[in-house]
Parts: sequence; C-alpha cells; structure tokens
Amino acid sequence: MLMKAEKKSEPASAENDMPVLTLNGVTKTFPGVTALSEVSLELFPGKVTALVGENGAGKSTVVKILTGIYQPNGGQIEIDGSPIRFPTAQDAGDAGVTAIHQETVLFDELSVAENVFLGHAPRGRFGLIDTSVMMDRAREILEGIGANIEPRTKLKDLGIANKHLVAIARALSIDARVVIMDEPTAALSQKEIEELYELVEELKTQGKAILFISHKFDEIFRIADSYTVFRDGALVGNGAIADVTEAELVKMMVGREVSQIFPNREHNTGDEILVVEGYEHPTEFADISFTLRRGEILGFYGLVGAGRSEFMQSLFGITRPSAGEVTIDGEREIIRSPADAVGKGIVYVPEDRGRQGAIAALPIFQNVTLPSLGRTSKNGFLKLAEEFKLAREYTERLDLRAASLDTDVGNLSGGNQQKVVIAKWLATQPKVIILDEPTKGIDIGSKAAVHEFMAELAAEGLAVIMVSSEIPEVLGMSDRVIVMREGRIAAELSGDDMAPETLVRHAAGI
Amino acid sequence: MTNTARFIPDRLESPLERRLKSWETLLLAVAVGIFIVNSFTSPYFLNAWNLSDMTFNFTEKAMIAFAMALLIIAGEIDLSVASIIALASTAMGAAVQVGVGTPGLVLIGLGVGLICGAFNGFLVTKMGLPSIVVTIGTMSLFRGISYIVLGDQAYRGYPSDFSFFGQGYVFWVISFEFVLFAIIALLYFVILHKTNFGRAVYAIGNNAIGAEFSGIRVARVKFILFLLTGLMSGIAAICLTSRLASTRPSIAFGWELEIVTMVVLGGVSILGGSGSIPGVVIAAFVMGLVTFGLGLLNVPGIVMSIVIGLLLIGVIALPRLWEKWRA
Repeated sequence: MLMKAEKKSEPASAENDMPVLTLNGVTKTFPGVTALSEVSLELFPGKVTALVGENGAGKSTVVKILTGIYQPNGGQIEIDGSPIRFPTAQDAGDAGVTAIHQETVLFDELSVAENVFLGHAPRGRFGLIDTSVMMDRAREILEGIGANIEPRTKLKDLGIANKHLVAIARALSIDARVVIMDEPTAALSQKEIEELYELVEELKTQGKAILFISHKFDEIFRIADSYTVFRDGALVGNGAIADVTEAELVKMMVGREVSQIFPNREHNTGDEILVVEGYEHPTEFADISFTLRRGEILGFYGLVGAGRSEFMQSLFGITRPSAGEVTIDGEREIIRSPADAVGKGIVYVPEDRGRQGAIAALPIFQNVTLPSLGRTSKNGFLKLAEEFKLAREYTERLDLRAASLDTDVGNLSGGNQQKVVIAKWLATQPKVIILDEPTKGIDIGSKAAVHEFMAELAAEGLAVIMVSSEIPEVLGMSDRVIVMREGRIAAELSGDDMAPETLVRHAAGI
Repeated sequence: MTNTARFIPDRLESPLERRLKSWETLLLAVAVGIFIVNSFTSPYFLNAWNLSDMTFNFTEKAMIAFAMALLIIAGEIDLSVASIIALASTAMGAAVQVGVGTPGLVLIGLGVGLICGAFNGFLVTKMGLPSIVVTIGTMSLFRGISYIVLGDQAYRGYPSDFSFFGQGYVFWVISFEFVLFAIIALLYFVILHKTNFGRAVYAIGNNAIGAEFSGIRVARVKFILFLLTGLMSGIAAICLTSRLASTRPSIAFGWELEIVTMVVLGGVSILGGSGSIPGVVIAAFVMGLVTFGLGLLNVPGIVMSIVIGLLLIGVIALPRLWEKWRA
C-alpha cells in the first residue's frame, strides 16, 4: 500500500492521463442471451486494471471482443481516442492488443521459438521464415521475462510453468501496447506466481496497459492499480483499488453480501460401505487405505498434483492400480473398468466435465440413461418412454433448467451440464458417489445448490467422496477429511482437528 | 427440492418434424430426381429387368456400407474391406479346387471375413493403433496374400448351386441379393436405432472418453464393429464370387472408397457421432441409379466416377452453403 501511495504521488506524465484503449458502451448479444450490455472500460499505459466478476459476468466476452474473436453488436472500441474495429484476431494484434489466455493455446510438436512467432515469424528472402533471426529474437524476449529457456527446445519437453512463460513470450512477441492476462496464475505455483508479478511490474515500467482478470483477491490487491466489476454482463463499478475493500468488491460482484454458508448436517453415519486397502500405482499414488460409511461425506484435500484425481479414477476403473484391494458392502471386488465400478455401485463425477463428464452432442435424456440403459430397455432394445421417465425423474430432482429433455447437453450452461452428469449417476442408484471438484467453475449461487444437494444425498444414506481444493468447502461439507501429499495420505482429520491451518500444513508437508 | 422443480417437456419437436428436416429427406428428393431424369433420358430405364439389374450395382457394397456406417459413426474406419473380399474369395476358390461343396464355401467365406475383422479389431482396440493406419496396412496385407496365392491365375469351377447367391432370383425380378440387402438393411436399422448397442455406438463416436467414463465398454463395442464389418465383407465376397463365378486377386478392387463414399453420401459424419441407416440405404440407391443411368447412355466408367465424385461434393456442400446463406 505504501508503495502504491508513493507511485501515486509521482507527477503523472502526459500520456498517463489518456487511456490507450477504451470500450464505450459495448454490447454483445447471442441468440437468446445478452452477454454484455453497454459496458465501458478504460486501460491506461503503465497501469494494471483488474477485471472482476462471477462466472458468466462477461469477462471472457470482453477478452474475445478485444482480441477480434467476437464482434460487438453495439458500442465502440477506441485506441488513443479514435474508433477502431477488430474484424479478425490479426487486426487486434496489429493494433497492439495481445492476450495471455487462461488455457494457453500452444503446439507441443513445434519448437519454443516457433510457438512464440507462430503466424508472425520474421521473414527472410523469398518470404521464407528466417530461422536464425527468429531464434535470436525469441531468446531476447525470453530473457526479457527472465525465462531461461532454449528457443530450439520442443515445447512438449517443457514443464507446465515454462510452457506458460512461452505463452507470455508469445503475447509479448508482437509489439503490444495492451496486454490482457486472463487468470494467468491459475496453473502456477507460488514461486512462479511471484515471478509473474515481477513480470507485470516490468511491463508496467515499459508503459504497457494491462487488463488483469483474476478470481484471487490477494493478487488483485497486490498488483492492480484500478478495478472494474462486471455483473451479468453489465458494468457495476470501477475505481482505484486503493479506495475499495475486498468485501465491497464481493458485494459488487454478486449484488448482495455473501458469507459462505454450508447446509447444516446431522452427522449420523451408518455401516461401512467401502474399504480401500493399500491402493498403489507405479507413478501416481501409493499406500492409500481408508474406509467410508453410509451417509458420510469424506473430503479429499491436497494441492494440485497430489494424486487425488488419479486415485479416484483408479478406484473408478479408468486406470489399473498395481496393488490394492477394495471391499464394497462386505464383498471383495475387483474393478477393471468404469463399467465394473458402476455395476458395483461406485460412480464418479469428473472434474473435466466437457471431456469426461457429459457427451455434449447427445440430448439430455440420452446422457442421463447412458449407464442405466440396462434398466430402461428390454432385451437390449431401447424403450424411449422409459428413458424419458427416468431422465425426467432425476433431472427434475436436481432442478435442471432446460428447454426440453431432447436438448443437446452442449447447449446447457456449465452448472446445468454438471446437473446432467450428477443425474446420470444418481439414476444408477449408486452406493458411493465420488465428486471431483464438484463446484469448480460454477458461480456462487449454483455452488450453494450443489452443496445442499450433497447434504441431501448423504442424508439419504449415500456415501459421498468429495475431492476439493477449496478449504472452506472441504471443511464446510465433510464429516472427515483425508489430506493427500505427493500421492500418499498425509493425514486423516476429523472433529476439531479439521482446521484450515492443519489442512494446509499437511498438504504442504510442513 | 422436488416441489420447486419445473416441468421439462420431453421434446419440442416431434420425431416426424425432425425427420422432414433431415438429410435423409433431401437425399430422397435427389434420388427421386435422378430416377425421373433417368426415365426421360433412356427408353430402356423403366423396365423391370433393367431396374433389377441396376440393384446389383450397389447390393454387395451396401451390405458392407451398413457395417461401415456403424464403424464410422463410432469414430473408426475399415479400409481393408475390399481386400477382405479378395482374401475370402481366394480362400473359397482354393477350397473349390479340393472339392469343398457350397455349404463349406459359405462357411469359409464368412470365417475368413470374421478372422480378418477380428485381426483389425485386435490391432485397433488391444494395441491401441489408429484404425486408418491399421486398415491401410491390412488392405495391402489381405490382398497381397491373394496375389501370392493366385498370381495372374484365376480360380473357377464353383459348384452350380453356389451360383444362387449372386445370380438367383427369389421371385420374378427380385434377386436373392436384393432380398439379402433388404434384410441386412433392416437388421442394421434395428441394431443402430433401436438397441442399447446402437446408442453406445453414437455415444462413443461423439465422445469416446465420456462414453468410457459413463461405463460403456468402448473397446468391446469397437471390436464387435470390426467383427461385423469383416463378416459383412465375407457375405459380400460370397455374393460377388457367386455372381462372377471366378476369383482373381483384383476382385472388388477399389471398393473400399466407393463404400466409404456411400456411407458419407448417406449423411454419416466422417468425424463420427452422427448418421443413420435409412440415409445409407438411400445413398446406395442414388449411387446405383447414377451409375446405371449413365451406363444406359453409354457413358464410360471414368466419367461415372467423376459424376459420383461431383455428386458427393455437391450433396455435402449444398446444405453448408444453404446454412451460410441463411446466416
């Protein structure tokens, strides 16, 4: 804060008063939805503007408009005060707007330098790519951001953090004046995040205007100079970050004061339903043993990469464990495939909803009945009436919002897709349901609904395993928590031991 | 929660409405159009026996095309089908030389088809190899065996009752092959559109990982599809060998592309996930009508393949252009 105050007292140079890029009353509609309605945004040279809002608030739409992927239906984009249009991504790049995306789009089989310069490689004679110039310039840019990466390396040989640096180098390879960072720290470790902050400071001194999109308040308050809040596609507030508190930002984002409230649950658990002993995998996890009771919610906490999802997928039959035993309802079982797992009463709601959870191009009712076709059919022949009945029963229970049960799942919002996946599994009448990051990427309202529903399921006697990286969620929902670290169980906590500090300590191994 | 739930209708559009707007309807219109044009351009076209002859242009290929449609919908492909015909026909021809009778020949034809299909299926599902590579390989392998066995020779001397499969008539102008084609079409219609297995095929083609995560045994379904494609190639081999009454290693050369063309023309997405059996049936007739109509006008074969190629591109491109123009 002190530093910021000092900076503010510096005499503002002339160009600092004039925004590089301005959005003026920009509107974007899609058939049936207004993604943005008359929003305005100003980005100043040498300043970081944080763009905050819930999922679906329109942040990504703004990024896509600024990078020429979407065309606004109304309003104006201005650069240095004069109106401009970005009919293609190329035009946005030419105007000096570049973006570092949440999920970076890079190419594994190409070299680092080729990735950096893809689409605008330096040309030599006959219009061919001048490889040596490209390598030199790539090295220059990488050194400029403190990345010690050889430009000739193939991208696939780099770790995730270095790949991210390549993505940043790519964004800087065009002579950018405006840099958009869309949740740049989502996949980074604490050390890498620190390095990114340094990079942001460096970009600021170079006079670049930065639009910083993040869900993490600590980093917003650390690096942003000003903020802009969107809610439901509209601008609800902006100003200097020094003049606002975290609570005020949250209130603007959700339109009400939010304290995370978890449903009150009676912790009355029943018989042992699942016993896992000595589950092991050559590279992902080792020595996993625990028990689970009916009506219990067992939380699995750990850092990203602790092997939680890998273990759950192995329990669900996706990958084979090298050793270990499972007992379900007193019976020793061998699970070789998801089909086996479903048959034995274990189901898994994956974190990667789009790829693993739902089949986007099939209608809702077919998604719901897919694992239950044995029950809705007769001698292997489909009975559509039965399918609609089963699908209706479970989707209505989850309060699904959809035009019809014949609608393709791909046309639903993320939260509703998640409901279809959960409905699909509940329809199999499972004994154990594994929820892997069930509220990731869902807005606050839907989150509460999922939590309430989990409590309801447990109350009905279903055993729930919840993998989550959000400490409030883990503590608020679980009867017991298992903390994993580097593929092993670091601690099993219950009762008063379930405290945020304890979780973090065990997860980090300190 | 239950009392707050809102009612979600089953469908907004009746199945009939959807069918009217479908690809199959467009294709049927094309087929009828070609039929009408043909009947004006040649006086020989509207003749029961000529029309019956016309069906031989597509019956054998279509039998394989149905199985291929399922395979392509599931996101795989089998380019070795024509070579399976060659190998199965060669095996039958060799068996004839040592005096095997018609029932034995049929079993050999079906057996070779199944073995070849199982081999493809094994390489794709157990070894995890891409089907396009595997079946380009087995395409050369299977036909290569035929060439080694036969060289520039031909097998003849098939028993006279063996000729029924390719040359026999069940009733008046209705050939055995056409009846077989109709039965197989119906069978595949039921398998794809009315059974759990068919649903699994669509699910796999749209998202194989999602299907696996939904408890579908993806590898097993794909293996069965390769088996079916091999089996249908065996059946086609019996019909074709019977019709030609001889086996050369070049038998059915190039059919794999005509079969894939038929499947794609029938509205099956080459990327997998969508398509229907009625579409493939109509596409079979369209291709049969075009080649036969042009044949009656003495158009050379090479021009026919140009016309089929243009038809394929045209029928695929038109709806896209229409969509673009509307948007």
